[in-house]
Amino acid sequence: MRLNKILKNTLLVLTACLVLSACATKKEVATDIQGQMQGDVYTGTDTVEYLADGVPDRVFFATNESILTTASRETLRAQAAWLRKNPSINVVLEGHADERGTREYNLALGERRANAAKDYLMTYGISSDRITVLSYGKERPVDSGSNPLAWSKNRRSVTVKAN
Amino acid sequence: MTKKILILLFILIPIKANALIEVDITRGNLNPLPLAVSPLSIDEESRKGFEKILKKENIGSEISNIVENNLRTSGLFNPLDKKAFLQAPDIANLKPRFEDWNLIKAQALITGKVNYVDDKLRVEFRLWDVLAAKEMMALAFTTVPNNWRRVGHIISDKVYERLTGEKGYFDTRIIYVSEEGPKTQRIKKLAIMDQDGANNKFLTLGNELVLTPRFNPASQMVTYLSYFKNMPRVYLLDIETGTQEVVGDFPGMTFAPRFSPDGKKIIMSFAKDGKSDIYTMDLENRIVEKITNHPSIDTSPSYSPDGKYITFNSDRSGYQQIYVMKNDGSDVKRISFGNGLYGTPVWSPRGDLIAFTKLHRGKFYIGVMRTDGSGERLLTENYYQEAPSWSPNGRVLIFYRETKTNSKGEGFSAKLWSIDLTGYNERQIKTPTDASDPSWSSLLSN
Repeated sequence: MRLNKILKNTLLVLTACLVLSACATKKEVATDIQGQMQGDVYTGTDTVEYLADGVPDRVFFATNESILTTASRETLRAQAAWLRKNPSINVVLEGHADERGTREYNLALGERRANAAKDYLMTYGISSDRITVLSYGKERPVDSGSNPLAWSKNRRSVTVKAN
Repeated sequence: MTKKILILLFILIPIKANALIEVDITRGNLNPLPLAVSPLSIDEESRKGFEKILKKENIGSEISNIVENNLRTSGLFNPLDKKAFLQAPDIANLKPRFEDWNLIKAQALITGKVNYVDDKLRVEFRLWDVLAAKEMMALAFTTVPNNWRRVGHIISDKVYERLTGEKGYFDTRIIYVSEEGPKTQRIKKLAIMDQDGANNKFLTLGNELVLTPRFNPASQMVTYLSYFKNMPRVYLLDIETGTQEVVGDFPGMTFAPRFSPDGKKIIMSFAKDGKSDIYTMDLENRIVEKITNHPSIDTSPSYSPDGKYITFNSDRSGYQQIYVMKNDGSDVKRISFGNGLYGTPVWSPRGDLIAFTKLHRGKFYIGVMRTDGSGERLLTENYYQEAPSWSPNGRVLIFYRETKTNSKGEGFSAKLWSIDLTGYNERQIKTPTDASDPSWSSLLSN
């Protein structure tokens, strides 16, 4: 079971690497904590829930960043496709930060991350009327650890059904 | 909820200008001034009277204990052990035998008397210079008995002011966020307490997330962030009546509120489309003004005490740094240039310094710099700490500190701490629950 998960994660990372034209982070990937991070972006699936089969509910960010990674864009395209198929569903994008920042800045950062996800969903045809953005800053971590892996899981934007 | 202060203050004996003892508060004080706080004397009839109403066996001793505790925690004074006192409180208040007090190395002496007069609490106290064998100050107050703790704080403030030449900060309160529960699902409530931790009260029930309460420097109003109905907005709360209202009508999250020094405006951030800008709202005419306009995150604004300038943090340079601008948003200047990230700037009530949080190489610091960014001085380093708030005299900072969890994610705590501007006298402020986001009130009596 556990081996399966590790294998799956490694596969995911490898796929991500292949997609990138130059696999500059290869060395890092090999040494990263349990293969669950690329750079400092979480690539594991421990905390991920699914809106539907093959539609992960969240995307992850690098420290202090709100840029969407290749994997995040893939996730959001899957969410957009699912939202197009389910036009009656509205969503809240909940933006979060890790605990290594001041509270007020983190509230703004969470809002910026959720908006990055919102913008991407909108470019894939989802009306802004269906999307609400809500930042929690560092107030609602999923992992209470004080280590880089825990922080990477907490830097996220989660798409939650609103109805 | 707090009664307007009912204290009549009159001077019994004019204060002599020639201060003999002086405490220098501008440097770290490694040799706090030894002083004796003689228990306030009380006659048997008054003692019984107060015991009935206040359920305190000896209100004179209780008030002295408050004074003693305040002066000790300031780090500037060393109240001596009462067991060593040779003179009885009632006689000491009439005419201290200075040789006796000199013998136990007291340089200053506080004496006094408590009376129960017409259902009121009457307190007189005197401050003596032991070496010069002179009275330095004598004051008396009459108030309702329930105000007895405040009498202790006011005496402390008067003594502090007389001996340091600067206003005290003891008759003040702290508003903060009480925290309980696991780190992933913290229950947060607004709470208020006296500066020394007494009279703790919760102001909200914990049904919704609340953050960053801040006192109005001019009244008993508080502004804070509430997630009421899952809509994070800045609210205004009157702590005397308990009434609250949302500030402004913004189509999105408002946060990081503070009052202007005159208490007439709220300054805050409004986040929209991934950018956060600074706005003000006039509380009388409800006019909203946009102060910054930049695609970056501009937040944590704080006015200078004259209201002419605003300091805030912004990541417009790519990383979180501290800026100063005029109150209309013009003339924006970056002032933090050291290594690391800088946030939560707060202008000192004295006007000369800005306190901040700094993150550098995985450590958090509370520090101060001049308003042009020069003279940066880091006061304390820790795993996580932030959000300094100034004592009203600009000599002490209160902030909160969080602990690192272990490998299982256990062991998290959040506590209030204070430190002197000098970098000395770091101490934890005890709260009934975990605590964060402290804000210091102005002096309740002036």
